[in-house]
Amino acid sequence: MNAAVGSPLLEVEDLRVRFTTPTLDLTAVDGVSFRIEAGEVFGLVGESGCGKTVTCRALIRLFGGSPPSAIGGAVRFAGRDLAALDDGAWSALRGSEISMIFQDPMTSLNPTMRVGTQIAEVLQRHRGLTAREARAAAIEMLASVGVSAAERRHLDYPHAFSGGMRQRVLIAIALACRPKLLIADEPTTALDVTVQDQILKLILTLRNDTGMSVLLVTHDIGVIAQTCDRVAVMYAGNIVESGTTAEVVKRPAHPYTRALLAALPAHTRRGDKLRPIDGEPPNLAAPPAGCRFHPRCSFAVSACREVVPPAIEVEAGHRCACLRAGEIG
Amino acid sequence: MSAAVSESSGAPAAQPAAPLLSAHGLGRRFEVAGGASVLPRRRGGRFLQALRDVSLELAPGETLGIVGESGCGKSTLARCLSGIDTPDEGSIRWQGQPMAAGSTPLQRARRVQMVFQDPYASLNPRMSLAQTLGEVLQVHALAATRGERADRVDELLLTVGLAPRLKHHLPHALSGGQRQRISIARALAVGPQVLIADEPVSALDASIQAQIINLLEELRERLGIAFVFISHDLNVVRHISDRIAVMYLGQVVECAATDALFDHPAHPYTRALLAAIPQTDPSRRSLVPALAGELPDPTAPPAGCSFSTRCPWVVDACRAQEPALLEQAPGHAVRCSNAAARSGGTLDSVPASQGESRVPAR
Amino acid sequence: MSALGANWWKRGAGNRNLQVGLAMLAVLLLAGAIGPWLVRWDPIEIDFAVALQRPGAAHPFGTDELGRDVLARVLAATFVDLKVVAVCVVLPFFIGSLIGLASGYYGGWFDLALMRLVDILLAFPHYVLVIAIVGSLGPGIANLYLAFALVVWISFARIVRAEVLVARRAEYAQAARLLGYGHARVMLRHILPNVITPAIIFMMSDVVLTILAVTSLGFLGLGIQPPTPEWGLMIAEGRTFLQDAWWISVFPGLAIVYVGITFTVLGEGLDDFLRPKG
Repeated sequence: MNAAVGSPLLEVEDLRVRFTTPTLDLTAVDGVSFRIEAGEVFGLVGESGCGKTVTCRALIRLFGGSPPSAIGGAVRFAGRDLAALDDGAWSALRGSEISMIFQDPMTSLNPTMRVGTQIAEVLQRHRGLTAREARAAAIEMLASVGVSAAERRHLDYPHAFSGGMRQRVLIAIALACRPKLLIADEPTTALDVTVQDQILKLILTLRNDTGMSVLLVTHDIGVIAQTCDRVAVMYAGNIVESGTTAEVVKRPAHPYTRALLAALPAHTRRGDKLRPIDGEPPNLAAPPAGCRFHPRCSFAVSACREVVPPAIEVEAGHRCACLRAGEIG
Repeated sequence: MSAAVSESSGAPAAQPAAPLLSAHGLGRRFEVAGGASVLPRRRGGRFLQALRDVSLELAPGETLGIVGESGCGKSTLARCLSGIDTPDEGSIRWQGQPMAAGSTPLQRARRVQMVFQDPYASLNPRMSLAQTLGEVLQVHALAATRGERADRVDELLLTVGLAPRLKHHLPHALSGGQRQRISIARALAVGPQVLIADEPVSALDASIQAQIINLLEELRERLGIAFVFISHDLNVVRHISDRIAVMYLGQVVECAATDALFDHPAHPYTRALLAAIPQTDPSRRSLVPALAGELPDPTAPPAGCSFSTRCPWVVDACRAQEPALLEQAPGHAVRCSNAAARSGGTLDSVPASQGESRVPAR
Repeated sequence: MSALGANWWKRGAGNRNLQVGLAMLAVLLLAGAIGPWLVRWDPIEIDFAVALQRPGAAHPFGTDELGRDVLARVLAATFVDLKVVAVCVVLPFFIGSLIGLASGYYGGWFDLALMRLVDILLAFPHYVLVIAIVGSLGPGIANLYLAFALVVWISFARIVRAEVLVARRAEYAQAARLLGYGHARVMLRHILPNVITPAIIFMMSDVVLTILAVTSLGFLGLGIQPPTPEWGLMIAEGRTFLQDAWWISVFPGLAIVYVGITFTVLGEGLDDFLRPKG
């Protein structure tokens, strides 16, 4: 499903996001670079605090109540430099070319607005449809995301829907204008496993039908393995490894990726002890010197403490930021 | 290890040793709020049947896993088993005797303890770790002097892998994983024989999850505690459990030894649950969801089998009569009356397309 | 001390509102305690010869129509008013909090009945009810205490009850019951410290309201009786002289304002200090 080689849809270069308050100075994202091709499902995986959510929000410049004090680096979408956009241009871009869905479907919908109206609103804003046209399109959209009896249910309020159904509604809103890029930040983390299965397959089917790209952010490597074409692994604000899903999951090069895979209960026989990663994720206000993973890494040597490892290519398209990448068997 | 399961009639199967903790035909329902009322509510409101005819047994030293998704009743079951909540129907027995018979709250506390899901709400935010743990020792008279109590608190902290110097901290100074360790220490302080863990690692990162699970297993080896491990994460449950019970819409739909359940799942829901787990093998992908449709409205469950609205093998007989939980092999019980469904044989019809709901219109 | 939370000294040190509030309170208490000793005039002694004198060197706040030194009276009234306010706030705080605690914890008929009582009492404007009770029972400090105790406890009960309903569901409360702790221990040792903070904060703002209520009652002649110096009474007495001898009413008024600011700032500081972090 990878598009033809050419300029990628999204190019992120050396993204840095910093939060400064009177008590705290924290670089949540520290030099993150990746690209997403048209029609590709790109995964960003990491544990809590690694910066993956901040990365998503920096791409779309939506931070809710606590904006960062500085955003550095370059983000190019379909060739346009996003840093140069003003509010009006951003407002036109969000919802029509880049859409986002969030983790908690319970709070992401306006509880006092009918579901069909929330979908129609996007169409009226970005496509200039009349109320009648927008309503018809909204019903169609609702049906295409798998909500049965859409002609009746588009009049319902969010509280009448279960978590999985609400996530479908959110997907309908996000995709109403056929965006080129869908950013999905932990879209299934709050859902049951069978519902997660339905939603992920829905996203894949819609990608196949419309050719959009998807940036899927999650902490679950299984989700990545089942949905993504390529993946980047994040730790403490850095990307430590990236490549095709098959390569990263089957032949992980970075010690963190390997440790993360090894810690999964599914990868340990019953009766054997699980293999957790020792220690805890670092405090981003005072990260370790050199490689940020070195305090927890079983392969660390003294050089790891001194040098920030650059990303090197271990095989075609498979990059890893580890000084010992080639050596670890 | 024999794993007898009592039938829904409630009569316990013949066992060499009495089970430690057992539930017989548990039922629990909640009234669904219809809005605020000035006067006391009239009878005949809407009810949500959180548990229906649930029977389980736990042998000493055994780990029973309970899995299911939202609305299956596993948390309600945990609260009934531990004694926090009282069932409306059925009974809970301790070594064959009714739980409440001839025992004080303190004695019951020393039988069954619980670790909760939310590490941020499980500890009193205003009490230091030493106070939380010390109080347990004090109320249960487990330490004679203040010095002994302090020593025992240190011991408990070390047992769960925490440094004793943390004991004067308040919970907000600790991470989620550390807080769960304290919850475990608090539960262990009274020396319980059964520990019920209600989603103890769900709120933690994968690498921390593994640490806590190792801790629980280690404690189990050392102290011989029986576990009831509740989780929605089948991989975790598989790792830690001897037997597993699968729940759907308030009922146990399948109960078997762990290997038997994973190798030969008999209930269609169990199979769907296993198929829905995202595998870390990218070469095995499919666009067809493992389970179609939506969970039925719990206040208006389907007639007959509760899974009939979503089961690919459904026939009329399924909707006519609610199936009983029956043993199909020694130690392996299933609640399904359709032999084809149990064996997972070929389907005549294609499973319902994704998202299609068979819930009747409101 | 651990009830204040860990590192209470450090947290207090960074809290400007708390520091300023405590400082202002200290000044207030000092003024009330030793102020009257420092001023050489007697607050009740009448001397027509020096009546209605402007603020000057001898009488910094001037004198009233009976020749009494206003500064001496304002200072003397400090403890009078503060004592009354203390009782009229602290008493309802205790009564209300305990009732709210039990009501929220036990639920059932008790809670239902309590809430209906609250609904009924809330139909009346708060202090109108107080004034009505004092008005019908007659002036005097004892009736003042009674009236406040009967009416103001409701606010505290509601606040605490709302918090208890939430705290009761929290896992740590369930864990406490599971450990075999009795209801009393769970209610008082576990739930109470976690639900009392909003009530304490409200108590601060209630002090401001109560000062106004007590002084209003004084103004209406229903509270503390002359010749005891009391700020509201002083304002009332100075009413007719507002044009020519403004200082008789204005200085007691400023004292009330000062007390109001003190407790408002203190309340803000306490709010920040008491809330557990994380």
